[in-house]
Amino acid sequence: MEENSIIIKNVTKQFKVYYDKGQSLKEKIIFKGRNRHDTRVVLNDISLTIKKGEAVGLIGHNGCGKSTLLKLMTRILYPDKGTIDVKGRVSSLIELGAGFHPDMSGRENIYTNASIFGLSKKEIDSRLNDIIEFSELQEFIDNPVRTYSSGMYMRLAFSVAINVDADVLLIDEILAVGDTNFQAKCFSKLKEIKAKGTTIVIVSHSLDQIEAFCDRSIWINKGKIVADGLPRDIHMDYLDYMGERRNEQQKKEKEQKEKEEKEKKRWGNGDAQITGVKVTDKDGNEKSVFHVGDNVKVKIDYKVNKPVKDAVFGIGIFRNDGVYCYGTNTRIDRIDEFDIVEDGSLEIEMPSADLLPGKYLVDLAIECDRGVPVDYYKEACFFETYSKRGDSGITRIDQIWHMPENIKKQ
Amino acid sequence: MLKEIWDYRQMIISLVKKDLRGRYKGSVLGFLWTFVNPLFQILIYSFVFAYILPTGMEKYYLFLCVALIPWIFFQSAITGGSTSVLSQKDLVKKIYFPREVLPISYVTSCFVNMLLCFIVVFAVVIVSRTHVSILGLCCLPVIMIVEYVLALGIAMITSALTVYFRDLEHILGIVSMAWMYLTPVVYPSERYEKLPSELRFIMEHINPMSPIIGAYRTILYSGSVPDMTNILEALLLGVIFLVIGFVIFGKCKKHFAEEL
Repeated sequence: MEENSIIIKNVTKQFKVYYDKGQSLKEKIIFKGRNRHDTRVVLNDISLTIKKGEAVGLIGHNGCGKSTLLKLMTRILYPDKGTIDVKGRVSSLIELGAGFHPDMSGRENIYTNASIFGLSKKEIDSRLNDIIEFSELQEFIDNPVRTYSSGMYMRLAFSVAINVDADVLLIDEILAVGDTNFQAKCFSKLKEIKAKGTTIVIVSHSLDQIEAFCDRSIWINKGKIVADGLPRDIHMDYLDYMGERRNEQQKKEKEQKEKEEKEKKRWGNGDAQITGVKVTDKDGNEKSVFHVGDNVKVKIDYKVNKPVKDAVFGIGIFRNDGVYCYGTNTRIDRIDEFDIVEDGSLEIEMPSADLLPGKYLVDLAIECDRGVPVDYYKEACFFETYSKRGDSGITRIDQIWHMPENIKKQ
Repeated sequence: MLKEIWDYRQMIISLVKKDLRGRYKGSVLGFLWTFVNPLFQILIYSFVFAYILPTGMEKYYLFLCVALIPWIFFQSAITGGSTSVLSQKDLVKKIYFPREVLPISYVTSCFVNMLLCFIVVFAVVIVSRTHVSILGLCCLPVIMIVEYVLALGIAMITSALTVYFRDLEHILGIVSMAWMYLTPVVYPSERYEKLPSELRFIMEHINPMSPIIGAYRTILYSGSVPDMTNILEALLLGVIFLVIGFVIFGKCKKHFAEEL
């Protein structure tokens, strides 16, 4: 006969998020207006039954409400709406070592800790040996707990919690106790407990653990149950979803970053804007690596939001370590004064770009009048150059060596 | 609910033990502080009310000590008890147990403390060669239980409310001081005879601590049997407080984990 162990009916839980919470009576009375708060619905009308002896894993991303659900099952929290019925004694591995007193011995702390789980003295006495044996702390059991290492501390705490012999065991992300040996031991103990017919609910981010241990997985998202079924099936969907989520997040981050970069690197009144920049070879093929002395073209597309009178296009080339290599503009190059009134594009052709091997960043600018920036676009594009010759410096200056005649050729 | 608390009795015992043993851990005198503190209070009050503002009572030290020790229990139970839930917030937020366990174990540990102090009280009684009636002594545990019920009831109310209004802890410090001087602890209750009758009624009957302290004094100072009708009155008030305490606590406890 299968009976239900945990019955959750239409449970809703919301938390109040205070902007500025008054903790004292005075503040509560005087600053009534200050008690403004938002309500955040953590669990929204959830219904769920878990059968006796089932092992169930709760999964979901951080803040989805799975831990809240677990806390509702242990009765640490109470639902705002709906009912939760848990049958039998509940032990929770949510907080290990509750009520441990550092100055008391391990043995005394076993009594304190186990009593918090509701065990009577007689029950603790009968389990004491099991607990000590399981913790592998026989030699240290009468030493004060403050002398324990954190691993020993956790081992003792876990041993108590797992030996409570509860009807329902609730576990929140704690299977990371002690070394691998002890973990394996905990795991097989959990399996043993499960075989005895104890209902187990685990909250974990480790899908492997859940798959290895649970018969059923429940995926919670935004306070609702999204999927409920065999762990393997659910986890596939869950991983897909999490992957997408991460992609989206990364995309968002990237966009944000790009936007910030752009803002940092562009200024001007915006009457006209550079919309596209391309670096090409002389045939118009987009390229970024050139031989020293190649023909390099920079193609600029721009749009005009408001006619720009007496416009000037400019270009500046910087080596990637910040050295300013070359700069000019249409005015310097004595191109007749002009206005730009509609969208267009122009090309700057450098028939022989003699910049020596390195990476070069190109600033492009539209200005008007006498140097008022319309769109200054820092690091609008870049290109690299390479060479087989070993000459060095910034740019190649062609040279002819006129050697003395009295040198002796080898 | 009461059954559940009973199931958690071992937790109460553990917490009381932990409290009693942990309280003076690390201090040089250790557990002796349990006696030193009330002893000095007795010395100070004795000096003031026997020499500076004489009350005219014979064996004032005995007169004071049989009333002050029970009063210290009551006072620490309600002031310390008010923070009993607050101070265990890590437990409350992480683990389920009947929350009533916290004030119960705190008041109980104060109570055990008082019982230990009574060793000193009995020593003083014996040294002062006061004749104590056997029947009176038999009443003593009853008086203690009545006081325990009353203290627990008040501690239940204050511990639950302190979670929501943290000021209460400080307010209680003032209230308990006022309450002490409005109860015949350092002076005899006969002083009330000069008061207008309405005020006298309040002092003697509405304040449940009056008959309780009076009974301790009747048994251990006067050496006779206390008037049980007054005690019944105090018990009635105590039970009322306890019921109100459980109701208020039960209403408040569901949101403890969120408020802490």
